Amino acid sequence: MAIAVKPGDSSGPQNASQSKGLKAWLFKRLPVKEFIETQATGYYAPKNFNIWYFFGFIAMVVLVMQLLTGIFLTMFYKPGEATAFDSVEFIMREVDYGWLIRYLHSTGASAFFFVVYLHMYRAIMYGSYRAPRELLWLFGMLIYLALMAEAFMGYVLPWGNMSYWAANVIVNIFGTIPVIGPTLVEWIRGDFGIADSTLNRFFALHVVAVPLALLLLVVLHLVALRRTGSNNPDGIEIKANLGPDGHPVDGIPFHPYYSVKDTFGISVFLVIFACVVFFAPTLGGLLMEHANFGPTNPFSTPDPITPSWYFTPYYAILRAVPDQRMGALLMALSLVCFLLLPWLDRSPVKSIRYKGPLSKAFLALFTVSFLGLMYLGLQEPAGIYVTLGRLATGGYFAFFVLMPIYTRLERCKPVPDRVRFEAHA
Amino acid sequence: MLRVKSVRHGLLWFGFAALLLAGTAFAADTSAPASAPEAATPAAQPGSVQAVMAMAAKVAQEQAADKKKKDEEERLRGFGADWESWSPENSVADTASLERGARDFAGYCRGCHALKYMRYSRLADDLQITPAQLQKYLLPAGAKASDYITSPMPAADAQTWFGKVPPDLSLMARERGDDYLYRFLTTFFSDPSRTTGANNLQLASVAMPDVLSSLEGVKVAVFRTENKQQVFDHFVQVAPGSLSREEYLGTVRDIVNFLDYVGEPAQVQRRSLGVKVVLFLLAFTALTYLLKREYWKNIH
Repeated sequence: MAIAVKPGDSSGPQNASQSKGLKAWLFKRLPVKEFIETQATGYYAPKNFNIWYFFGFIAMVVLVMQLLTGIFLTMFYKPGEATAFDSVEFIMREVDYGWLIRYLHSTGASAFFFVVYLHMYRAIMYGSYRAPRELLWLFGMLIYLALMAEAFMGYVLPWGNMSYWAANVIVNIFGTIPVIGPTLVEWIRGDFGIADSTLNRFFALHVVAVPLALLLLVVLHLVALRRTGSNNPDGIEIKANLGPDGHPVDGIPFHPYYSVKDTFGISVFLVIFACVVFFAPTLGGLLMEHANFGPTNPFSTPDPITPSWYFTPYYAILRAVPDQRMGALLMALSLVCFLLLPWLDRSPVKSIRYKGPLSKAFLALFTVSFLGLMYLGLQEPAGIYVTLGRLATGGYFAFFVLMPIYTRLERCKPVPDRVRFEAHA
Repeated sequence: MLRVKSVRHGLLWFGFAALLLAGTAFAADTSAPASAPEAATPAAQPGSVQAVMAMAAKVAQEQAADKKKKDEEERLRGFGADWESWSPENSVADTASLERGARDFAGYCRGCHALKYMRYSRLADDLQITPAQLQKYLLPAGAKASDYITSPMPAADAQTWFGKVPPDLSLMARERGDDYLYRFLTTFFSDPSRTTGANNLQLASVAMPDVLSSLEGVKVAVFRTENKQQVFDHFVQVAPGSLSREEYLGTVRDIVNFLDYVGEPAQVQRRSLGVKVVLFLLAFTALTYLLKREYWKNIH
């Protein structure tokens, strides 16, 4: 097919007329150039990003990797209680590089949570959830919740014994809801127990519904980010300081500066990721549990039933209360706390760099509590672990519930007018 | 827009291109069947230093005698108090061990246990077993090389004879771990109260009979009373088997090693590909770092 631009054809946009041939043909029909100019070369980001600012980009790369490996897994995976387990072993043994695709996907799920947790922690440290970025934060939190649903249903698909029992435990949490609980659980399962119908609907949700929701939320997250601009470790609005060219003096174009920097960040991430995929894909039972290499057996309960490591903080909160219904409520509240964060923080400053000692102490308490809960969720809830679990749950909630008080009480440091940045040698 | 601004930029992009080419070459290389280490040993050198050889043989003989004596002493004194720390220390890179494990699995395990996800042909490819050897030593009569490794025992009969169907062992090493399998196969002891005449420390009241006793011999367990509870103390060997204790442990190690391999046949290929991928990524990281530094030197 001949592609040509007639001489004298100047009906296209001004900038498109500068290009020739295929480029001109394309630019006349699609705002490629404008997209790059507004989103990459013309998007100004603060120049003082530190290591914490790699993880959003890495999370997006991991999402793409999960989608691609997921497509290939779907070509061979067969949902259904009679076929699921066998088809996964078929992928592991008889599909060319099937083992690699599956390990990339299973390790990718854990990597996703790992980078998302660091990304969230960054936002908490530097106050990235504060006005005007409340919606940006809320979209991010919805991504996190969708990710949890996605990971849980994906974990059920191999139909190993831990898949089956984890599905039982998680779905039964909904049974603690008063009045509608038992009916709701039956509706989720599509049967009176975790069965073929449950597995098939989880497959549908895992490969179609939740990924679509995730993609939509990621787009909203990015659109909201483009509107407000990125926060930075100093918590200063760089748009308040514009240069003569109309761009922020402390901002630099995302492309090429952050595109090359993020490429470096991705490379480092991939080295670590590849080490896990190729040398320790189960990570000693942490990423893939031993019990899940045995097929589903409703007559044999794995001892102990532990969730994946990224769910363990919430599992530990669930178990911190002797009453199951109260435990489930507390677990739900622990997630709601994140959603309310933009309105709990009353500090005059955003970044932890300029907040007072109380904020720093409570952030430290939260960090220790969250990591502690993560560890405790993997242990048997006996002896000292019960007490520690309750203390850590208290620490977790204290950070959020007391935030409106301690952020107003303390004395903050003065915030500089310009971001702090030291050029590397 | 990104443009080649200087010689250094040009060099960096050249580096990326070269790395990409190298990566493609690696990938092409690894798409060939995974090659395991050579099983054959090189031909022995002619005995040019016979005196040294003779001395070495004598030393080896003495060591073997010492070992036998030690084995005998241990047998009389009792052993096994530390069984919970026993470990096979196997390696799936040891193809010779895997071959012995496959042979012993076919001889002692396959009568009851299947490896339903494993084909004979895959085994032959990975363990460098020739079609003739496969036909002669491993394939049951009438089976094709592409067949999965099944057991001839009918499930209904197994249920009647043992009270349960012997589990498929394809993924047992991944589910239970090598240590578990090793301790299971080394802690059978004589127990007349059981219908099979045998019991096990790792899996109490096991349904499986002590099928390796012709190799290991028979041992009894001595218990002591602690807080009114019977606690295992040590084993005493009461009848010898056809193998010495050392040889028997080697046999069990080979079987466990074989089951480890069967649990994930791609693992040798996985590690060798991993080394190449990580080396590639490290080089890639070095280049992306230089590229980042090149671009950022103008930011003050």
